[in-house]
Amino acid sequence: MLKQIEGSRAVAEAVALCRPEVICAYPISPQTHIVEGLGEMVKSGELQGCEFINVESEFAAMSVAIGSSAAGARSYTATASQGLLFMAEAVFNAAGLGLPIVMTVANRAIGAPINIWNDHSDSLSMRDCGWLQLFAETNQEALDLHIQAFRLAEELSLPVMVCMDGFILTHAVERVDMPTQAQVDTYLPPYEPRQVLDPNEPVSIGAMVGPEAFMEVRYLAHAKQLQALERIPQLAAEFGQQFGRDSGGLIRTYRCDDAETVVIAMGSVLGTIKDTVDALRQPENGGLKIGVLGIVSFRPFPHEAIAAALKRCKRFVVLEKSLAVGSGGIVATDVRMAVTGMGLQGHTVIAGLGGRAITVKSLAALFEKACAGQLELTTFLDLDWKAVNKQLEREKAVRRSGPIAENLLRDAGVVAARNY
Amino acid sequence: MFQVRIHGRGGQGVVTAAEMLSVAAFDEGRHAQAFPSFGSERTGAPVVAFCRIDDREIRLREPIMAPDALIIQDPTLLHQVDCFAGLKPDGYILINTTKTFEQLGLADFIARHRAERLCTVPATELALKHVGRPVPNVPLLGGFAAVSGILKLESVLKAIEERFAGKVAAGNIAAAREAYEIVRAEMEESAHA
Repeated sequence: MLKQIEGSRAVAEAVALCRPEVICAYPISPQTHIVEGLGEMVKSGELQGCEFINVESEFAAMSVAIGSSAAGARSYTATASQGLLFMAEAVFNAAGLGLPIVMTVANRAIGAPINIWNDHSDSLSMRDCGWLQLFAETNQEALDLHIQAFRLAEELSLPVMVCMDGFILTHAVERVDMPTQAQVDTYLPPYEPRQVLDPNEPVSIGAMVGPEAFMEVRYLAHAKQLQALERIPQLAAEFGQQFGRDSGGLIRTYRCDDAETVVIAMGSVLGTIKDTVDALRQPENGGLKIGVLGIVSFRPFPHEAIAAALKRCKRFVVLEKSLAVGSGGIVATDVRMAVTGMGLQGHTVIAGLGGRAITVKSLAALFEKACAGQLELTTFLDLDWKAVNKQLEREKAVRRSGPIAENLLRDAGVVAARNY
Repeated sequence: MFQVRIHGRGGQGVVTAAEMLSVAAFDEGRHAQAFPSFGSERTGAPVVAFCRIDDREIRLREPIMAPDALIIQDPTLLHQVDCFAGLKPDGYILINTTKTFEQLGLADFIARHRAERLCTVPATELALKHVGRPVPNVPLLGGFAAVSGILKLESVLKAIEERFAGKVAAGNIAAAREAYEIVRAEMEESAHA
């Protein structure tokens, strides 16, 4: 059924259709509306057979999810930013134990400086935690990915993060096609655990493993992610057949057939990039041969699929909402590994950190430069160099130059945050 | 694509207005995308929300920097925030006020714009009269349907019914209708002027 609703509400309804049995969460922006919505549905009786557990922290949220999942219950939670960092130890444990928890991460920057706006720093800080990470381009895809995530998680016995851009998607009211309970029930069978804490057949989960077997257990975690590389496209195809729309998969290409330059990104910015690419392909704008590659599955990372999609291009531009401080791009590093030996020119663009708007105007100028072969190796999109240099000068001139964040706000004369 | 930017203050239902606008467009079978300008919102602080309306899927996610229309829920913002930033030369403006554009000190500004696309409506007074609370957002949507012609009044009224129930819905519908009529009359006047 078509509905005009907030992204968070759409995800809450989709998660409810997946018949979760335990939901435990601690509120943090911009994720809060999702679990609020689910809490209301449990309380009203709309979502039956589900226990909503209020916890005192994100660490407790993931710990409860680990317990309930190990006891055989379909378990869900959601978080963002500092909340994800606070639960980090349990996040690694959930993956290491092979528990098929599904978690929404409403992507938001990480402090300091404290910032509630969107970028991908939070999910990507958990890059190597062993969870699968799927990134949604639209609210429709966000809700669809949750349905696929439970199926994928439970088949492989691995936890899945569904990542959606905080505010940009979670707080956007737009059209979604909400499936029926019957449709979701057909796609997603009841949870059949591979391992379960059952008093009738006692087992322990979470043994200490020494050097004699630790590497093998870790390799098996890696092998499972490689299995996911096979299953993700299959489950997306099955979803497409049953629900009648494309959602999920490893990657998605757009106008790449004759593209000499391919822009690679994750999440909602792909929409703005596609609009920009359409404009630049118009003959009056130079008719640039440029295409787009959206990464849906960041973990497992689809090296082969990306290499195949880039086979015919000359160069690629990875535009990412994340920064490996002291190195460069996070996504770009993985993409470069995927294209090893292909002789492509690669560029990294760091953009949209902490909610900095990514505009068609800036993208168009950036892509024109890239297509002309004039883009630097690494670019910080719309960085205010004047502000940066002023602070650097200040640090050279005065030993007690003061806190950087406060200095930059004072220089900018900021009264209230704005992004338009 | 038609892009609307709504300026108001925390507590005036700015975000709700953008959402309802998108629902009204959706009810007409169109694509719409409403989103707030995210900040640390608090009562009384300047707040902005956006709504895009189109006949095809909306992929664009940038904030609205060159709006086709502005709804200004609180005229005191005119001295605090650059509400008109980026407005298209033939854009629409609807301001919640009992004053005229001239009285608001905007005589120079309106001289450069199409008069029939610049309207005012006493939305706070209409809300007090019909709903009993000074929340101008919904009556302004009625006025917006009139000035912009982008949406039918009926779609706005339907969106109100979907959002509110009972007396609040009835009051807001009456306020939106009256705002619609006031703006229509204003437009006819400026067309004859």
